[in-house]
Amino acid sequence: MPAVRLPTVLRTHAGGAAVVDAGGETIAEVLAWLESAYPGLVGQLRTPEGTAHRFVNVYLDDDDVRYLDGLDTKVGEGSEVSILPAVAGG
Amino acid sequence: MPEPLVLERDAYLQLVAHSYDGLPLEACGLLAAEPATGRVVRCYPTENEAASARVYTVPSKALLLADRDAEGRGLVLAGVFHSHTHTAAYPSPTDVAQAPDPAWHYVIVGLGEGAPVVRSYRIVAGTVEEEQITLG
Repeated sequence: MPAVRLPTVLRTHAGGAAVVDAGGETIAEVLAWLESAYPGLVGQLRTPEGTAHRFVNVYLDDDDVRYLDGLDTKVGEGSEVSILPAVAGG
Repeated sequence: MPEPLVLERDAYLQLVAHSYDGLPLEACGLLAAEPATGRVVRCYPTENEAASARVYTVPSKALLLADRDAEGRGLVLAGVFHSHTHTAAYPSPTDVAQAPDPAWHYVIVGLGEGAPVVRSYRIVAGTVEEEQITLG
């Protein structure tokens, strides 16, 4: 099962954990698994249409999934999925 | 007023230096703290992916690498800094709108007034509250 690294801002919704072991074989399934396990994350990761929020970046190991297969990217056993907030301003 | 931000001196010097190095563009980077004390002990200067004098974006890969490095050192990412090249060290509407984490410190280095002006804020649900900075 993939390990998912959560940003500090979302950890309060996951019992304070920085890393959780999640289910799912694709990024979309992992995000759905997280929302199911931690209802506080609903609306934080994906839009109602099921796409990743524009202010959330998702990495599989060292790669931005936008440059892989997006939410359809396959997640292997032992992979690390990182959810990162967009950090920007003016 | 919230608890003061305790900023380790080297991290302070690094974020000011990086702000000058970035001119004429805005510079940015991340801050990591000791989880038990909240003391910011490490600065991660990053590129400004927006390459702009008006806005900044921390590259997501740099955020990932800083997060991993901080965790390896027993630290936790606790804030972000960026420079304002010509305006005061106060959060802009863009800063407030895009602040992701109410627990983070938002440090701004104002370079428009001669000497650098370093100030820190909490931004919670769109409300800005300044916090004192203590070097130590």
